[in-house]
Amino acid sequence: MTGSGDDLGELLRDLTPQVLGVLVRRGADFAAAEDAVQEALIEALRHWPDTRPDNPRAWLVKVAARKLLDAQRAAYARERRELRVHLEPDPGPTEQVDDTLLLLSRCCHPALTPASAIALTLRAVGGLTTAQIAAAFLVPEATMAQRISRAKRTVSGQRFDRPGEVGAVLRVLYLIFNEGFTGSVDLAEEAIRLTRQLAAATDDPEVDGLLALMLLHHARRRARRTPAGELVPLAEQDRSLWDTALIAEGVEVLQAALARDRLGEYQAQAAIAALHDDAASAAETDWPQILEWYDELLRLAPSPVVALNRAVAVGEVDGPLAGLRELDGLPGDLPRRDAVAAWLHERAGDVAEAARLYAAAAARATNAAERDHLTRQASRLNAGRRAQS
Amino acid sequence: MAKYLLLKHYRSDHAVADGDLPPMDEWTPEEVNAHIAFMRQVADELRDTGEFVDAQALSPEGTFVRYDGEGRPPVTDGPFAETKDLIAGWMIVDVDSVERAHEAAARLSSAPGPGGEPIREWIEVRPFLGEPPVVTE
Repeated sequence: MTGSGDDLGELLRDLTPQVLGVLVRRGADFAAAEDAVQEALIEALRHWPDTRPDNPRAWLVKVAARKLLDAQRAAYARERRELRVHLEPDPGPTEQVDDTLLLLSRCCHPALTPASAIALTLRAVGGLTTAQIAAAFLVPEATMAQRISRAKRTVSGQRFDRPGEVGAVLRVLYLIFNEGFTGSVDLAEEAIRLTRQLAAATDDPEVDGLLALMLLHHARRRARRTPAGELVPLAEQDRSLWDTALIAEGVEVLQAALARDRLGEYQAQAAIAALHDDAASAAETDWPQILEWYDELLRLAPSPVVALNRAVAVGEVDGPLAGLRELDGLPGDLPRRDAVAAWLHERAGDVAEAARLYAAAAARATNAAERDHLTRQASRLNAGRRAQS
Repeated sequence: MAKYLLLKHYRSDHAVADGDLPPMDEWTPEEVNAHIAFMRQVADELRDTGEFVDAQALSPEGTFVRYDGEGRPPVTDGPFAETKDLIAGWMIVDVDSVERAHEAAARLSSAPGPGGEPIREWIEVRPFLGEPPVVTE
């Protein structure tokens, strides 16, 4: 340890959810435990630059537990009731593993809306400040503070002795990752950090599947946009910009997960990402194998979105007309359906229909980067048609 | 989460549902106060639910402006007293679903008018274009 300020901040951020997890597992009220941990962190910032304790985590647990006890004493004194909660001694590092999952499943409780679960997870487990979370989601700090405190109230009433369903936690982590990078806080990095913690704490291969999926997509981030911010589709990305170390790690995590023979949707999605990452050029992509994984994914987690992405793979393996036939049964208002249809029509040689569909897809895009990309596609095809006529 | 713009119009192609609504300067002072207090209350409710992003009111006075070539002053036109569609202000909410955005808009539209009755004005709801998701394949 270098003892620098950054190093201290990093250490505290890693320890925060662990300490909070210990208090919550001992039965402390969630909001009260969080306040106590914040006070303990202030003490740490005051004392640690001079003397860092041998066991920082135990130190924080002890101080936070004392703060919690102080707060409870004050509260009980106000109510003229005697103290009933007894805090046990620190159970030691072996239980840290369960605490991570316990705390995450509490923050991702099914009673919370996705937005509330995301905000609470980033605050209580990620250790981000309310201001940072507000900035990431482009809302006022007061609004985010309110969202977080309501979420805390929602989960505070429920006692948590056992971790809840891992699936709910994975969905929230996936949503955080998919938010990407919207401003001052890198939510994709944050999601990876949290998923790593969870993967270290559980033996569910789907957790590793999600971690692999994140790493394999994160590896392409530098190639995903031009310096001007324009979207670059996978087939046109400069693959020399891909992060080979992240790809190697993602593949390793995925292979270890698959070897345990408990397949799930995140492992299947990661396998598809791995096959793309493995191709030295778009032309060398192993589409037949990708299609097999989409068949698997459709079986594990059937949805129109998966069927739409599968149609792209069918188009690559069996030709664009086969791909178009796959679109027939899909809802007309499915996001990106027009964009996929446009691409398949272009491949099939129907430039006029492709241009019309690109323009229709642009009009219905839900984000500006995708709209601009689709508009450029329509404009490229229309310019080509004008030049020919 | 997605952000929606809730647009309030002074006048629009969508007439007020309940037929003739007198202009606000013909309401009693109490009715005007109750209307304004209601708007503040809705903003506070949305702050409390963690969904509020912004609210602004616009002056009805406005001018159309355009570029008129290098070195020339901008061309201005208006104000147009007879413009059919005039934006009065907006509220921006960050909500879990389009249904929730509609709920917030309906709440705004229930603002009291003459006699304390809901005015049922049309609120235009427009989704923001956000950021693309990371995973698309």
